[in-house]
Amino acid sequence: MSTRHDIAAPPTEGGAAPGRPAPGTGPTEADRRRRARLSRRWQRDLRWSPYAFVSPFFVLFLAFGLFPLIYTGWASLHQVELTAPTDMTWVGLRNYTRIFDDDFFWNAAKNTLTIGIISTVPQLLMAMGIAHILNYKLRASTFYRVVMLAPYATSIAAASLVFVLLFGRDYGMINWALDQVGIGKVDWQNEKWASQIAVSSIVIWRWTGYNALIYLAAMQAIPQDLYESAALDGASRWQQFLHVTLPSLRPTILFTAVVSTIGASQVFGEPLLFDANKGASGGAEHQFQTLGLYLYEQGWVNQHLGRASAIAWTMFLILIVIGIVNYVISRRLRASS
Amino acid sequence: MRAFTRTARRAVVLAAVASLGAGLLAGCADDSGDSDSDGSSSGGGKGKTTVTLGLFGTFGFKEAGLYTEYEKLHPNIKIAENVVERNENYYPALLNHLTTNSGLQDVQAVEVGNIAEIVSTQAGKLTDLSKVSGVNKSNWLPWKWEQATAKDGQTVGLGTDIGPMAVCYRKDLFQQAGLPTDRNEVAKLWAGDWNKLVTAGETYKKKAPKGTTFWDSPGGLINAILSSEEKKFYDESGNVIYKTNPAVRSAFNLTAKAAQEGLVGAQTQFQPTWDQTIANTKFAAMACPPWMLGYIKGKSKPDAAGKWDVAVAPKSGNWGGSFLTVPKSAKHAKEAQELVAWLTAPAQQAKLFAVQGSFPSAPSTYTMSEVTSAKNDMTGDTPIGEIFGAAAKQIPVQVIGPKDQIIQQGLTDNGVILVTKGKSPEEAWKTATKTIDNNLDK
Repeated sequence: MSTRHDIAAPPTEGGAAPGRPAPGTGPTEADRRRRARLSRRWQRDLRWSPYAFVSPFFVLFLAFGLFPLIYTGWASLHQVELTAPTDMTWVGLRNYTRIFDDDFFWNAAKNTLTIGIISTVPQLLMAMGIAHILNYKLRASTFYRVVMLAPYATSIAAASLVFVLLFGRDYGMINWALDQVGIGKVDWQNEKWASQIAVSSIVIWRWTGYNALIYLAAMQAIPQDLYESAALDGASRWQQFLHVTLPSLRPTILFTAVVSTIGASQVFGEPLLFDANKGASGGAEHQFQTLGLYLYEQGWVNQHLGRASAIAWTMFLILIVIGIVNYVISRRLRASS
Repeated sequence: MRAFTRTARRAVVLAAVASLGAGLLAGCADDSGDSDSDGSSSGGGKGKTTVTLGLFGTFGFKEAGLYTEYEKLHPNIKIAENVVERNENYYPALLNHLTTNSGLQDVQAVEVGNIAEIVSTQAGKLTDLSKVSGVNKSNWLPWKWEQATAKDGQTVGLGTDIGPMAVCYRKDLFQQAGLPTDRNEVAKLWAGDWNKLVTAGETYKKKAPKGTTFWDSPGGLINAILSSEEKKFYDESGNVIYKTNPAVRSAFNLTAKAAQEGLVGAQTQFQPTWDQTIANTKFAAMACPPWMLGYIKGKSKPDAAGKWDVAVAPKSGNWGGSFLTVPKSAKHAKEAQELVAWLTAPAQQAKLFAVQGSFPSAPSTYTMSEVTSAKNDMTGDTPIGEIFGAAAKQIPVQVIGPKDQIIQQGLTDNGVILVTKGKSPEEAWKTATKTIDNNLDK
């Protein structure tokens, strides 16, 4: 820390520095007291105000993050109904053990995984392609970037409702187009894979631009001379992309993969609104019910708060496992590069 | 000088933080504490008491001018309503507010699908409305009154509207298919027996206009049949009997049969695609309470006016309707009770029907001119008030239970709809019961 001249004690007299003004004009007693007071205040300020500045986050986190987390854990060990949340019956780990043979839970887990893969992989590939194109010198490039980000700024509810209309079985635009090219109509809401692809497409539409912008930012940070020397060595555009761009983007790709994985494990709004009239059951045969949706169904539709809490904690544990796997893979990658 | 500006800036920052924090705290604070500050508090004019209503969907009190009228009769009362569009969003929040005793309005509406659960689990949080002056049990249909009455005799909700069911049908489609079009003739086709209705559907199918089905959806059919049964999912002592009740199984099988034969559209009610089948005239008949006529009108093209008619259903049942309750912790419970008693009195129910089409639960209104002379654009000259009034009186006193909605949704959305996708009725029943049992299991 550098010395604050307005508060620090004056330097001692003498030394090589020019002398101070005549003693008659030196600090009076009152002046010194004022300075001492100020100094104490500044010290207190320095010591405590950082805590004050970070405290809003921690207070909010305690109230809306940690407390619910712990309370959910407590509730998951009980049989609790929404109609009487204070009336808890201790059931131990039953809410967890029953998950092992709860077909609906594992069905939802599988759906979450498949929807996660169908939505994340194409999303990141497309984002990479779009970022690569936007990285060229383009006219009105800001315009394109804003357009890319527009879906991200749209509300999930509005987007999902529009997609439901597009994917309508009898009067939807997508089926109309499929019919025109002779493929025939697809029952987007009721067939397993069709419905999962449809839900994934909402996710892809919403997040591709966001990831593209992240890639674009990382691409622009790659030094131009790398490309120049590659070009001098006779590398084609494609080889440049493969051997210069991709390796430089590795940490960014990892980041987007982690964020998308977390996002995919929490997919909720899109499947909920994709068939709003079936409530949170995710289709007649639960064909696109994700874990988030199942949790919501148990808690708010069926009103079993204890079971819902146990599902929430199980999801949390699964996420931790995924996080560890991600960490291990990223370490391997870093070690190999 | 510098120190001063810094202090000043810090003061500003502190003030901002303090006010933000205070705002947050105030947002979380319990707001039911100031019940004794009646008269002068809570907005409105000088010395006025504001009574608030928590509603869902479209009750239409405001649209029918009932608030203004009440405020004129009681100059010291002001009425404000707080409306959530969909009951499935409104109801969990209401439960939350009731169990935590905070955030409640002075009057809270409850849908008929939730009333059994409210009566059996939340009666202690609600006031007894049977003793409010002006409330007379005989004003309501007996089953409507019973639905909101707890075992110990406490009546926690007063009925607003009901949904006596009839069959709405397209006269033009019936004619093309060679079925009678006169509403009395049509009613005779299936009088007293739902099986006969399916038989009429088979007749319809033989000469059905291209692209149309007899009935709108499997959900609409099973709902109509189940609503006309005295017992469906619960017995009198509150046990779940849906799996063993022969009435439920036969309703399921009959609907599944109709679905297998292609007599019902492969639709889920109230989905946008189902709405489009109304607009595009893709089915000939549906179970329809009075409020459905308003819904049909909203989804139809203008040229559909007058093409519908209403026939008596094989057996009468009820579909929809609501209650008004007053929580014990309401800020203005007494004023709220008086308002509820007035809003649900026969005279106001009749006015509401005239403006909003919500069918009264007070039988004395069925002879009032508002009801007897009622007409609907979709059904031309049909005396709908008389038809629905007669149906209302024949609705059985049904045993309802707290999880009726979950069970029925399972039978519909995870059950009979699957038959329209080519699953066998047996498979559909299995999927439905498995889903329902998992959903009921605490």
